[in-house]
Amino acid sequence: MGKTIAEKIFESHIVDNPCDNIYVIRLDAVFCHEITTPIAINDLVGRGKDRVFDTSKVKAVIDHVTPAKDSKTATQGKTLRDWARRHNIKDFFDIGRNGVCHAIFPEKGFVRPGFTIIMGDSHTCTYGAFGAFAAGVGTTDLEVGILKGVCALRFPETIKINVTGKIPGGVFAKDIILSVIGLIGVNGATNTVIEFAGPVVSTMSMDARMTICNMAIEAGATCGICAPDMTTVEYLWEFIRDEYKTKDKALEAFQKFCSDPDASYADIIEHDISSLEPVATFGYRPDNIKPVKDMEGTKIDQVYIGSCTNGRIDDLRVAAEILKGNKISDSLRGVVSPATSKIYRQALDEGLIAIFLEAGFCVTNPTCGACLGMSNGVLAEGEACASTTNRNFIGRMGKGGMVHLMSPATAAATAMAGHITNSKLFNGR
Amino acid sequence: MKNFSGKTLFLDRADINTDEIIPARYLTENTRQALNPYLFEDMSLEGFNNKKDINGKSIIITRENFGCGSSREHAPWALEANGINLVIASSFARIFKRNMFNCGMMAVELSPEIINRIFSVFSNRETEIETLFDKSTLILNAGGMKESVEFEISGFDRALVTAGGWVEYADSRY
Repeated sequence: MGKTIAEKIFESHIVDNPCDNIYVIRLDAVFCHEITTPIAINDLVGRGKDRVFDTSKVKAVIDHVTPAKDSKTATQGKTLRDWARRHNIKDFFDIGRNGVCHAIFPEKGFVRPGFTIIMGDSHTCTYGAFGAFAAGVGTTDLEVGILKGVCALRFPETIKINVTGKIPGGVFAKDIILSVIGLIGVNGATNTVIEFAGPVVSTMSMDARMTICNMAIEAGATCGICAPDMTTVEYLWEFIRDEYKTKDKALEAFQKFCSDPDASYADIIEHDISSLEPVATFGYRPDNIKPVKDMEGTKIDQVYIGSCTNGRIDDLRVAAEILKGNKISDSLRGVVSPATSKIYRQALDEGLIAIFLEAGFCVTNPTCGACLGMSNGVLAEGEACASTTNRNFIGRMGKGGMVHLMSPATAAATAMAGHITNSKLFNGR
Repeated sequence: MKNFSGKTLFLDRADINTDEIIPARYLTENTRQALNPYLFEDMSLEGFNNKKDINGKSIIITRENFGCGSSREHAPWALEANGINLVIASSFARIFKRNMFNCGMMAVELSPEIINRIFSVFSNRETEIETLFDKSTLILNAGGMKESVEFEISGFDRALVTAGGWVEYADSRY
C-alpha cells in the first residue's frame, strides 16, 4: 500500500508512540509570534526551564499588533524580543523588518518540502503549500516545542481534493478555497489533512497555494498540503542553491515526499471549478458562501485587503489592476496592509502603493491587526467589512461587526462601488 | 488532578468558535486569570447572558465542533479561570481539544444521540455532574433524577490529565 505525502513526512519524524493513535514527532521548525508565545516563555521561566531546543530552528516575529498599540501589547512584544535576544535567536523580525508570520517565514525560505512545523497560530496550515506538514497548536504545545523540539499529534488521515477544470476569469484561489469550505463544511476535515491536487493546483503560483492551504483550518483540517513541484523549487531556489547542484536535483529530492499513486485516502473529492463564480461569505461561518452576484448591493463600511490569506504581492497586483485610475466610493473606507516589509517595498517599486493611495486607500505597515479586530482597522458595532481575510466569526474584526470574506479582486471592485459587487475581471457578470 | 465535578452549563448550539469563547481583543492579557470576566462575551446564543449564566458552573455540555477557529489556548484558560475544567460535546475542533488535555483539563466526546438525550432530559433543570475519572463515568443528577453515562478518552489524554498537562508529561520523557 502506498503512502500520502503527509504520512511520508510524519513517519520520517516519529520519535515515540506513547499510546493509541498518538505519535510524538520531531520538529524541523518552531515559529513564534507575540500573542501566543509570551505566556509560554513566562511559564518556562517560572518552571526554571528557560531554554530553547535549537536556536536555529526557532524563528520569531512581532506581527499581530505592530507597532504596539498600548502598554499591554508593548509588553507582549518586549517579552518576545527580550527572549529572542537572550537566547540569541537570529531569525527574529521586529518592526521595520517584520511581516505577517505566514507570509514572512515562507518568504525567508524557512519552509521546506518534507519539514514538520508547529506554531501557536491556527493558520500555520499555510506552510503545507510547500509540501510541509505544518500544524497550528496552542501555547502548551508551543512551549514543549520550544523546549524539546517535539509535538504529539494523531497519525494523519488525508482527504484529497482534486481541483479540475478551467479557471474562469475573475475567479481566484480565494474563491476556490471558499468553494471547497462551502462544499465540505466547517467541520468537514477535522483531524485530517487536506491534500490539494489536480491540474488547477499544479498551475497555481506559490502565493495562490498559500491562500488555499491557509484556509484548510476553516474546514477543521490539521494541515492543507500541496505536492512540491518545479514551482516550489523556483520559489525556494535562492535559499537552496548551495544545497543542490541543479533545480532538477532539488526537485528529485523534494518529490520523494509526493503521494504514491496507490496511497489510501479517507476521501477523494473531485472539484470541477469550470463554472465557479466569484464568491463571498454572508454569515458568521466560513462555509456560508454565495456567488457575489447574489450579494450584489450589500452595503459595506470598510474594505480590507491584507492578512496571511491575501496580503501577498499577487493579491496586491490584482487589486491594484482593478483600482488603477479609479477612486473608492465616498461611502466607505479602504485599508490595505501589505503582508511583509518586502512585499510593501515590492508594491512600492511596482507602483501599486501609488495606485492604492490615489484610489483613497489607507496603506498600513505589515500587521495582522484588523483581521482579528486587534488594531489597524477595527470595526464599530453594526458595521460591515468586505475583507480578504479568513474568518467571518461574529465580532471577529470588532464587536458587533460583520465580515464578508472574498478575493482581493472582489474587494477592490467593492471598494469602488461602495457595495459588494463582482470585479470587472469576471467575464460572467 | 483538577476538579471535574459540579454544576452544568448547557450551550445548545454547534460550532461555537474560539472568538466567541474569548474574543481576540482580550489576547493582550498577560495572565490567565485576567481572562475571567470575558468568557463568552461575544457568544451568539439566544437567551444566553455571560454575566449571569456562567457563575457557579464547573462543566459545559454542548454540541458538535466546539472550539473551532483559532489556536488560542486562551479559550481553555478563560474556562479554567471561571472554574470550568470539563467540556462535554458531540465533537471538538482538533486544536481546542488538544489544548484542553495539554492543560490537564478534559474535553469529553459523547455520541450525538447521548448528547441529544442529555439535552432533552436535563437542559431545563439545574444539573450537577459527578465525574468518576477512574471509572470513566459521569453521573448526572438533577433533583433526584440520576443517570450515569460512560465516556472514553484515549490513554494518552488520560495520562495528561493525571500528569497535570503536556509540559509535565513531555519534560519527564523527551
